[in-house]
Amino acid sequence: MRNLVLLNLIGCISFVALLPWSTLSFSPENPTDRRILVLLDDVSLKSSHSIFFNALQSRGFDLDFKLADDPKLALQRYGQYLYDGLIIFAPTAERFGGSLDLAAVLNFVDSGHDVIVAADANASDLIRSIAAECGADFDEDPSAMVVDHTSYAVSGTDGDHTLIAADNLIKSEVLLGKEKIVAPVLFKGIAHSLNPENNLVLKVLSASASAYSANPNDKLSSPPSLTGSAISLVSILQARNNARVLISGSLELFSNRLLRAGVQKAGDFTKYEKSGNEQFVIELGKWVFHERGHLKAVNLTHHKAGESSEPAMYRINDDLEFSVEIYEWSGTSWEPYVANDVQVQFYMMSPYVLKTLSNNEKGLYHTSFKVPDVYGVFQFKVEYQRLGYTTLSLSKQIPVRPFKHNEYERFITTAFPYYGASFSAILSLHHDNLMETNQSEFFRNSTNAKLTLAGVYY
Amino acid sequence: MGATVKMEKNTTNPLTKEQKGFLAMKGWKLKTKQQELLIRVSILLLVYVLAFITRLFSVLRYESMIHEFDPYFNYRTTLYLTQKGFYEFWNWFDYESWYPLGRIIGGTLYPGLMVTAAIIYWGLRFLRFAVHIREVCVLTAPFFASNTTLVAYFFGKELWDSGAGLVAAALIAICPGYISRSVAGSYDNEGVAIFALLLTFYLFVKAVKTGSLAWALASAFGYFYMVSAWGGYVFIINLIPLYVLVLLITGRYSMRLYVAYNCMYVLGMLLAMQIRFVGFQHVQSGEHMAAMGVFFLMQVFYFLDWVKHQLNDPKLFHAFLRITVSSAVGLGALALGVGTASGYISPWTGRFYSLLDPTYAKDHIPIIASVSEHQPTAWSSFMFDFHILLILFPAGLYFCFKRLSDATIFIMMYGLTSMYFAGVMVRLILVATPAVCLISAIAVSATIKNLTQVVRSKPKTSPSGSSKGATGAKAAAKGSFDQSLPLERNGAIALLLGAFYLLSRYAIHCTWVTSEAYSSPSIVLAARGAHGNRVIFDDYREAYFWLRQNTPPDAKVMSWWDYGYQITAMGNRTVIVDNNTWNNTHIATVGRAMSSYEDEAYEIMRSLDVDYVLVVFGGVTGYSSDDINKFLWMVRIGGGVFPVIKEPDYLVNGEYRVDKGAAPKMLNCLMYKLSYYRFGELTTEYGKPPGYDRARGVEIGNKDIKLEHLEEAFTTSNWIVRIYKVKPPNNRW
Repeated sequence: MRNLVLLNLIGCISFVALLPWSTLSFSPENPTDRRILVLLDDVSLKSSHSIFFNALQSRGFDLDFKLADDPKLALQRYGQYLYDGLIIFAPTAERFGGSLDLAAVLNFVDSGHDVIVAADANASDLIRSIAAECGADFDEDPSAMVVDHTSYAVSGTDGDHTLIAADNLIKSEVLLGKEKIVAPVLFKGIAHSLNPENNLVLKVLSASASAYSANPNDKLSSPPSLTGSAISLVSILQARNNARVLISGSLELFSNRLLRAGVQKAGDFTKYEKSGNEQFVIELGKWVFHERGHLKAVNLTHHKAGESSEPAMYRINDDLEFSVEIYEWSGTSWEPYVANDVQVQFYMMSPYVLKTLSNNEKGLYHTSFKVPDVYGVFQFKVEYQRLGYTTLSLSKQIPVRPFKHNEYERFITTAFPYYGASFSAILSLHHDNLMETNQSEFFRNSTNAKLTLAGVYY
Repeated sequence: MGATVKMEKNTTNPLTKEQKGFLAMKGWKLKTKQQELLIRVSILLLVYVLAFITRLFSVLRYESMIHEFDPYFNYRTTLYLTQKGFYEFWNWFDYESWYPLGRIIGGTLYPGLMVTAAIIYWGLRFLRFAVHIREVCVLTAPFFASNTTLVAYFFGKELWDSGAGLVAAALIAICPGYISRSVAGSYDNEGVAIFALLLTFYLFVKAVKTGSLAWALASAFGYFYMVSAWGGYVFIINLIPLYVLVLLITGRYSMRLYVAYNCMYVLGMLLAMQIRFVGFQHVQSGEHMAAMGVFFLMQVFYFLDWVKHQLNDPKLFHAFLRITVSSAVGLGALALGVGTASGYISPWTGRFYSLLDPTYAKDHIPIIASVSEHQPTAWSSFMFDFHILLILFPAGLYFCFKRLSDATIFIMMYGLTSMYFAGVMVRLILVATPAVCLISAIAVSATIKNLTQVVRSKPKTSPSGSSKGATGAKAAAKGSFDQSLPLERNGAIALLLGAFYLLSRYAIHCTWVTSEAYSSPSIVLAARGAHGNRVIFDDYREAYFWLRQNTPPDAKVMSWWDYGYQITAMGNRTVIVDNNTWNNTHIATVGRAMSSYEDEAYEIMRSLDVDYVLVVFGGVTGYSSDDINKFLWMVRIGGGVFPVIKEPDYLVNGEYRVDKGAAPKMLNCLMYKLSYYRFGELTTEYGKPPGYDRARGVEIGNKDIKLEHLEEAFTTSNWIVRIYKVKPPNNRW
């Protein structure tokens, strides 16, 4: 539903998702989520993960805590969604209560809402299938955990190296905030791999090359199915409708215990007072709930150079000007988005013109170009896909016609011999007519035929 | 002469007898000539009306509507012309067809038909007749068919005598070969083009006969009208030079011919260049080079004549002749060779080749071969379209040979060449029809005239008649008849009766064919129900109306090109390809999408921004010209451009089938899936398993069809048209 930012634009709007009475808290003009449903396995999670929840609440989110098997669970009522976001901290729930099930969660995403899913060892099939539908496949083995014998966290008694100090973070300020996360992120949970067919999902936190996924209590009898950096610990998915999904293999990642814990990575003598977890989950939470990285493009306009109104059709070789405004949501207001890599295509089956737009630092992107010497139905296309940002995909159809019959040059210099020829022909005919005397009979006959329009029998 | 003609006319139309009686009763004493004129005019009038009303079967059976495929485009453009004016029409760039390429309508059509209809429409509006443009379009073809009968009369008169003219008018008025393209609602170029064709030929023959510049000028304008109306003008611009060439070879060169041809060619060429679609083809395309060559040859002849006039020495002249002709021919051949090699003169088009070599299209241009009306003609359709004319045609040729003149040579050449072309392509029967009617009319008229003369010449005073026209040979024949009465007379009467019987059979056959075969609009299908009642399948219009009402205005619809014109005209939606098959690659892309697996097809459809896919399916109703039966052509055309599509993949042992034994690719290609989606659940015929395809008479092979990227949007009540929506890409993948 966040696509509504594109409401002014012709093209890729899905009209189905268009609800005119969008809720007050959540609207295209104010894309940050407000009401969030939190599903818990156990009420105690509310306190054991309170730092994460409090951080959300302090930023103005309205959290609705429910047990996962609450029989009154519902995401929508009378066709309207009651929540803007969903946090599933119920890794063992085999089924949700009420009307909530796998399909409901997926529909929730497909209608543009955001979800955080945390799994854990012994994650239920339901959680696994939610993740799988979003492109993340958890290890099939229910007892397997991520084990890493080189980059585990040195923390006293835990000897099976399942508490991992991961510092293999994605490099993106949009996703993880401007401040660099220095301390490693503590992770204890299960591994997942990304479905190679899905090109929307990506790793945010991946395991080191020495990690593998196996039951830490058993001896390894066969090679583990997931190893090394193929293992993703935390992944995100930004769907085509810009709904965001966070998939974590560990519920503990969000827990107060790990958020407060100090961390020392094995083989590394730097000891951090506090793990990177708090910064990691809170910053990522901001991204998931659209406090950051949300762009909108409005006022896509184009017109002929020197004119201001938008034509219904261009002519080949017209000079035109194109502009679009792009803004970024800062969490509270729309700020101009400044980048030097926004491009516009003048597209018909393939781009005929590809121009980088220049901006005025106030969100207005602008360029001008000449319509190619090809007629057809073109589109202005702005396809802007940058890591972490919502996808901008605008297109506007515009036909380009050839010259009209009276738009060519009237007199061409190269044709002057022909003009001369036609005039001389007229003159010579007149001359013939006047000087008809003194010619042979043969010619007179034929000339008569031409000039008198009468039948001549030869 | 007048009396004999009158007799013969009585047979064609008994009404005139009553008229005559009526006039006699009043005591009006008309001279024979006046009587003859009156009868002739009234017969022509009746033929004129008859030609019009016999074409109205379709309006009576169905309603006043446009038929088939191309007429919908013509209708749409005419509508545009009347609404926006001529200049907008002339410069119309249509972005609703051939998405995303668009089509320059003004530069790729023959505007004659639309302008004609618009002028009629404006004329009627001016006279305060509040008609709808659709009615004008529906009735344009019958109106022009009526006009054609007039031209046929004058042409026949020019060729033989006014009797032959009248017979020709009557024959052509009801000839099925012509009716097939000119029933009410068949708003196509051919409707006016046959009129223009015959008019041009008539005026040219007249010009050759009189040597008058005025007639040649008129014929140039007739040619201009023809060029503006139909691509078949190429026939004229090749036949006339051929005719002139034959006259030159047979030593019939005359000043009349020189004046007629030069004026007609030069002016006609200049006028034809004004049609944007034709443009410079007259000087640049190989198809028009014959006319130009003959034009130059004429100049050589003229020059030679002048030299002969000056020299007065046969020996010297012969030497000069040999040198001049050989050097002229050599120069022409050289110019042609250089022009072709440098690319200035374009080579012949595929369509032209396929006329000269019927097997050419089959091997090289599947898109031409795929059209049913481009198939070689079966004997049965000759019989169907010409009936007794087929027998009378050789007889007429005989009479023409008996009385050779410039005019009869022309009609013979027209008849023979067009008969050849009619054999190559079904649709060209239309071009041959006027010639066949005219030549047959000569046969009928001459025979009946001879016979009536025998019948009437009972006194020994052999009338010195046959004053006009009849040759010495015929006079001699008549003389021999006179001597052996009365057995000859009885024989003549019997033969006359036989001729009348044949002619009446012809009339009955024509009416029957018109009513049964040629008056179906093909957009509305009719069938006989179980109780003999008529069942109407109006699925096409239902589907197009659905498209118009339920899809976004800029939705793009993909279908096989046959339905393109109808979708844009009736559904008002953008189409990917349509019946103007100007871009073979684009059509091949659609063919490829239809014959690929669904996911491959999805990529193609995404790249073309397709929103809806429309298929025509006859499995429920038994409608056999549906997309499954056309599918092999899609494969062939698609494979012609994209070699990944291979025809054998869709066949089993060279056999095309859709049941369990079908090829796996066939069972899973997009076209199969879209046609048979959920068809497996349907019982179409009592006593047959579900999923029984009535059009092909088999149980389908893949009943469990799942669609991934498309969803069914609309299926008409008889399942003839099925429309699918292309889903947006998966949200999370």
